[in-house]
Amino acid sequence: MADLYSKKVMEYFQKPKNMGEIENADGIGKVGNPTCGDMMYVYIKVTKKDDKEIISDIRVKTFGCVAAIASSSVTTELVKGKTIEEAEKISKDDVAKALGGLPPVKMHCSLLSIDALKTAINDYREKKSEG
Amino acid sequence: MKVYLDNAATTMTDPGVAKAMQPYLTQEFGNASSLHQFGREASGALDQARVAIAKKINAEPEEIIFTSGGTESDNLAIRGVAYANKNKGNHIITSTIEHPAVLNTCKQLEKEGFKISYLKVDKRGFIDFEQLKKEITDKTILVSIIHANNEIGTIQEIETIANICKEKKIVFHSDAVQSFTKVHIDVKKTKIDLISFSAHKIHGPNGIGALYLRKGTKIKKQLEGGSQEFNLRAGTEYVAGAVGFAKAVELVEDKHYSYVKQLRDQLIKGLEEIPNCQLNGPRGDSRVCNNANIIFNFIEGEAMLLRLDMKGIAVSTGSACSQRDLKPSHVLTAIGLKAAVAHGSIRFTLSRFNTTEEIDYTIKTVKEVVKALREISPLRRGYNG
Ligand SMILES: Cc1ncc(COP(=O)(O)O)c(C=O)c1O
Ligand code: FES
Repeated sequence: MADLYSKKVMEYFQKPKNMGEIENADGIGKVGNPTCGDMMYVYIKVTKKDDKEIISDIRVKTFGCVAAIASSSVTTELVKGKTIEEAEKISKDDVAKALGGLPPVKMHCSLLSIDALKTAINDYREKKSEG
Repeated sequence: MKVYLDNAATTMTDPGVAKAMQPYLTQEFGNASSLHQFGREASGALDQARVAIAKKINAEPEEIIFTSGGTESDNLAIRGVAYANKNKGNHIITSTIEHPAVLNTCKQLEKEGFKISYLKVDKRGFIDFEQLKKEITDKTILVSIIHANNEIGTIQEIETIANICKEKKIVFHSDAVQSFTKVHIDVKKTKIDLISFSAHKIHGPNGIGALYLRKGTKIKKQLEGGSQEFNLRAGTEYVAGAVGFAKAVELVEDKHYSYVKQLRDQLIKGLEEIPNCQLNGPRGDSRVCNNANIIFNFIEGEAMLLRLDMKGIAVSTGSACSQRDLKPSHVLTAIGLKAAVAHGSIRFTLSRFNTTEEIDYTIKTVKEVVKALREISPLRRGYNG
């Protein structure tokens, strides 16, 4: 399996970035993977700058394989500092690309990190509308 | 430190085995079927190897058929007996925790019209003898039950199974690939009809194994060709392999068993200090001496495996994420584990070449890796391990 993974994947797996939780997060996304039963929790902090909403901090917790850990980790890097709208446009292919590719059987792991991110953004919006 | 703890996958070839094989890979290259001196040398070596392996299980040399390994032995045993007894019946009994070499052979036979019963196992991986008796019908032609399970190490009581089969006059096969030389089998005492063996699991070479076939057992050959191996397995014999296999058997000493078992128990004891973990399979002597299979809750096996790999430790996992079909190991499912729990399973399989220092290092490293992965796991909330 190790051979299946790119150097980038292994780097992120070895030293995952932005792992953990955010206390009083503005949005939380908790998703499970129907394919193999894994889980990811994403926490975001949103800061308003001018009239833009920027994801100023993001943390993630992952129960899953090497690809899941690397995907969630690289997703946090892709997202940090982006506006909500920009963050929403990130796809599983962007995640895979940033990792130097993923084995086909592991593409669902990158999708999981995107799902978790989207869920966190939706949670943020709901909380906001509730005031 | 490099620590190899995947000896159920394959083992290091013993240097003594390599040395014994050397002449047969070079100057003693004859075909054992040839009449000239080169051939006679080869067939002499082959016969000697057969005698050595037969001796280990108290069988007659003519009851040992060399094959290419455990997989072929299982195929020959199951298909061979099934096809040879087609007129008697079409029912086979096996278990849910067989190696794929048995399981997939049975599934193929199912497609060909045979009926297969898969015996369930309990939490520790044991079949139920009453269930076995109940499943037997007048159409049953074969029972095939793995001796020591390759994932969780459960050793079935083949003596009892053999007696049940004998009473009902049903052929009994067991895959003893993982137990050979670790659990003693005497075919004069245990009424087992066919047994599969493989050399590379016991510090012998890859690509050779054997099938024990009790005299008088009806079987149909599965490879058409020459009349080698008592006309039951066609193909020029792998003499060097057979010599290496026999040498591997001869090199096993009684003290290896207690040595490896002691390392296994040291490992299990050390790892069980980690909170929230559980041992799969039985304890003590009904567990094969070199296997420890442990679930570390809240983390995933592939991630664990590769973190350990970075630290030089080689293990395997039954996690869904490490399988191509993303399903957890069928053995872990069979003992009642849910996919999310099976995720955290790591199999450590030892050999006589491991040392106490290696086991200490493994315990220490596993503790670190488990801690690190639990720190990033969402499942460990409210829990401080
Ligand atoms: C229980 C069992 N049976 C059969 C086999 C297959 O043996 P071989 O690799 O020699 O074909 C193995 C090895 O993985 C095994 O563990
Ligand atoms: S999380 Fe299960 S395959 Fe990646």
